[in-house]
Amino acid sequence: MSPAGVDSFAASAAAYVHVPFCSAVCPYCDFAVVAGKDELADRYVAAVCSEIERSEMWRPLDAVYLGGGTPSHIDPSLLARIVDALGNRHGIAAEAEVSLEANPEDFDVDRACRLRAIGFNRVSFGAQSFDPGVLASLGRRHGPSEIVSSAGAARDAGFENLSLDLIFGTPGEGSWAATLARAVDLQPDHISCYALTVERGTPLGRAVSIGAPAPDPDVQASDYELAADRLQKAGYLRYEVSNWARPGHECRYNLTVWAQGDYLAFGNGAHGHRDGVRFRNIRRVEAYIDAVERGECPRAGEEKLSGWDAEIDRLFVGLRREAGVIAGRGGAALVEDPEGKRLLDAGVLALADGRLRVGNPLLGDEVLRAVIDLKAPEVRENRVRADIVSNNA
Amino acid sequence: MTDQARIRNFSIIAHIDHGKSTLADRLLERTGAVSQRDMREQILDTMDLERERGITIKAQTVRLPYKSPAGEEFVLNLIDTPGHVDFSYEVSRSLAACEGALLLVDAAQGVQAQTLANAYLAIDAGLEVIPAVNKIDLAAANPDAAAQELAGILGGSPDDVLRLSAKTGEGVDDLLEALVKEVPAPTGDLDAPLRALVFDSYFDAYRGVVCYVRVVDGSLGSGDSLRFMVTGEVHEADEIGWLTPKAVPVGRLGPGEVGFLITGVKEIDRIRVGDTITTARSPATRPLPGYDEPKPMVFSGIFPTDGDDFEKLREALEKLRLNDASLVWQPETSKALGFGFRCGFLGLLHMEIVRERLEREYDLDLVTTAPSVAYRVILPDGGEEEIRSPQDLPDPTERRGISEPYVKAMIIAPSDFVGPIMELATGRRGIVGGMKYITPERVELDFEIPLGEIVFDFFDLLKSKTKGYASLDYEPAGYKESDLVKVDILLNGQPVDAFSSIVHRDAADAYGRKMTGRLRELIPRQLFDVPIQAAIGGKIIARETVRAKRKDVTAKCYGGDVTRKKKLLQRQKEGKKRMKMVGSVEVPQEAFVAALQVDEES
Repeated sequence: MSPAGVDSFAASAAAYVHVPFCSAVCPYCDFAVVAGKDELADRYVAAVCSEIERSEMWRPLDAVYLGGGTPSHIDPSLLARIVDALGNRHGIAAEAEVSLEANPEDFDVDRACRLRAIGFNRVSFGAQSFDPGVLASLGRRHGPSEIVSSAGAARDAGFENLSLDLIFGTPGEGSWAATLARAVDLQPDHISCYALTVERGTPLGRAVSIGAPAPDPDVQASDYELAADRLQKAGYLRYEVSNWARPGHECRYNLTVWAQGDYLAFGNGAHGHRDGVRFRNIRRVEAYIDAVERGECPRAGEEKLSGWDAEIDRLFVGLRREAGVIAGRGGAALVEDPEGKRLLDAGVLALADGRLRVGNPLLGDEVLRAVIDLKAPEVRENRVRADIVSNNA
Repeated sequence: MTDQARIRNFSIIAHIDHGKSTLADRLLERTGAVSQRDMREQILDTMDLERERGITIKAQTVRLPYKSPAGEEFVLNLIDTPGHVDFSYEVSRSLAACEGALLLVDAAQGVQAQTLANAYLAIDAGLEVIPAVNKIDLAAANPDAAAQELAGILGGSPDDVLRLSAKTGEGVDDLLEALVKEVPAPTGDLDAPLRALVFDSYFDAYRGVVCYVRVVDGSLGSGDSLRFMVTGEVHEADEIGWLTPKAVPVGRLGPGEVGFLITGVKEIDRIRVGDTITTARSPATRPLPGYDEPKPMVFSGIFPTDGDDFEKLREALEKLRLNDASLVWQPETSKALGFGFRCGFLGLLHMEIVRERLEREYDLDLVTTAPSVAYRVILPDGGEEEIRSPQDLPDPTERRGISEPYVKAMIIAPSDFVGPIMELATGRRGIVGGMKYITPERVELDFEIPLGEIVFDFFDLLKSKTKGYASLDYEPAGYKESDLVKVDILLNGQPVDAFSSIVHRDAADAYGRKMTGRLRELIPRQLFDVPIQAAIGGKIIARETVRAKRKDVTAKCYGGDVTRKKKLLQRQKEGKKRMKMVGSVEVPQEAFVAALQVDEES
């Protein structure tokens, strides 16, 4: 997608809905998820619908994303109520991307057809690996054959936009090249490749803290480079640090996020961005339901972004994209900053045609750390005055 | 004024952790000097650092009213002393104000090197030494063995050694009686001209310099015009009093009494500890014997991480010096670290404490360089120049030789460890002078060793080789010429002056390999390969490389992660602030000292 095309998502309207239910919690996961609480699903969906109905009326949504958790884990009729609520309140544009996350373990043709009928047109599978040993050590409950059959079921039901999530760098893996090859064989439209990350407070984090092997960053770097090479050869283009797509199949919901566009957010632990405010909901599922049922707003906090902060935020979310960002005021400050200069010299950061890009995505956080503390240039005030003058003229 | 016959002035000499502060607590409690309500542990250790580490840094003084079982009333002045070798000069000050000393030894650990050194100081000062074994309540206690050791050192019978537990209070009453019976009463002459010893001082933000004084002859009255005999300064006694431990003003201190004196002087340098005070009107002819001023033994560069904090660091050092006259410094410039100060310390603990206080009490972020000693460079014309920093060492062509300070060291340890201790000491160029058995199980080893060899990790190694049983004490023993070289460390091809070190030629290669190896562990991976080299002059003696970092990116950043990820990166960035840019290389502050630390396995 052209840089201009990527940037245009700043104007799109998106919505994220969180579905926290899972059959079991994976040991590396630190999202707001619950397992063994499926009995809450009815009340939860009712709360989400009520939150949607109470949201300020907007305009037809260009992208809807149901993430989790495992949205495919609960009954499709419940998901239908959520999609209907969004449609009733805001409308869903005719060409909208309506996406959900699914696990291969509970996906078949029947379920796929019901989901298609609700209006979902994109499905993203948590495939993670095609190596049974790796899947077991990641605590996954499916095998390689379920990935193949799920992808087939989705295609059979008419899903024309299919994505696979993969995880690389699990200690002792040794099969990453084979996993990539098998993923490509399934011909998905989109592939996300994530380095296994040890998060504090997860079972994996605790295991590593007492001596279990941690992922080796050098091995992960090689794995990443291998993925970049194989996927490119198979016709997938990288458009964000961890995301590859066939042209035209980039995830529009995520492009909206990275373009600093507006996206509504519903459900426990969901985060949204609207009118220059980043906000988040109560994380614990029961507390979220209770708040909504009491008629309260389930927000847990928000961060107002304006002026210089919003400019920094634009760089922060946008620089993860292959297209980078229009340099703008923030970029001008970055290339003048000693840290920014160091990164330019080292080739980690690149400036060309008025756009700022991360030249080596494996070192992207080096750039973002330089971005977060950038100070507004001192000439700023003069520039504002010049604007006023020109406006008056 | 208090009748001299009723006064007993004494110090407690004990090794760290042998229970001195706890015993002081008990004495305060038994004599009712501090009410149960105000009692807290280690009441005389007032600094946070003292309480946390369980050590006494600054001497304290307290006046204890004591009524004997026979109904007689006494005043006991306890002059507390620090137990660590770095602060032994404070011990001699305290002893000069006393007639007696209580030698306290842990029943499980027995006599330690510092206890012994300080006991000799007390005996040489003519004090009555009362031996006592503490911690008899411990399961591992062996009071008989400890008493045997004490009797062996001081003479007398092990049966005469007191046995007590400062923790439970057992034996404390007997101790109080022994102090009254055995410590001689002061015998000053009330009618003679005033002679009072300044044995300590501290700075109070409101009152200025507060002196701790011991009146020897005559009397000291509030309002008296006083002459300080060594400095020649004349000041009026604004306020005098007792320390109970609260300051209680009194009109007059008589001979034998101990208390405080405030003159209104604001500058600590105008009062010299060890000076003799007399009256301006009828001065004494001869001052009391003073004592040597403490000399800094160990030097280290202290630099602010943020160059803008230089003035703040200077002010903090000046404030610390108000209560620590032994701290000295001069400005130093490093190519790697910018502007800072070369500071002189009494020893390693002193250095560590000063650094910690600067960071905690003055909120400074500091880089400290590896400690070094003062070398004397013999110049081509035969003259000598003292250098306190390796970077000041002239080129080989501009010097005829280097001499370094030696110390006489004493180690006391169980005899099983003689082998490992000898190995350690000779490996550090120590020359064994003698070996004495204190008891069949415990031995005292004496040797001469270059101070530069023990200032850094020697004590840690000694502890680990003897399972913590060895103790060490040392005193300066002059300078000797040695075959020393300067080893430079280069990062990314650039010499880093703050890493330079002066070592013996025979140890240089091993030192270079150790330093480069340690730095490879300590320096985080950067955007490019960082070669680390050790060199003597232009000759490279060791080399390591920190490989360029390959991956530094978060796998996921979606709608829900933006705020969280910003916070995570912000935290990582805070961590990076503890780095110092040396040329184009980011070096963690700790590396400047940690590079020299002992490896676990060695």
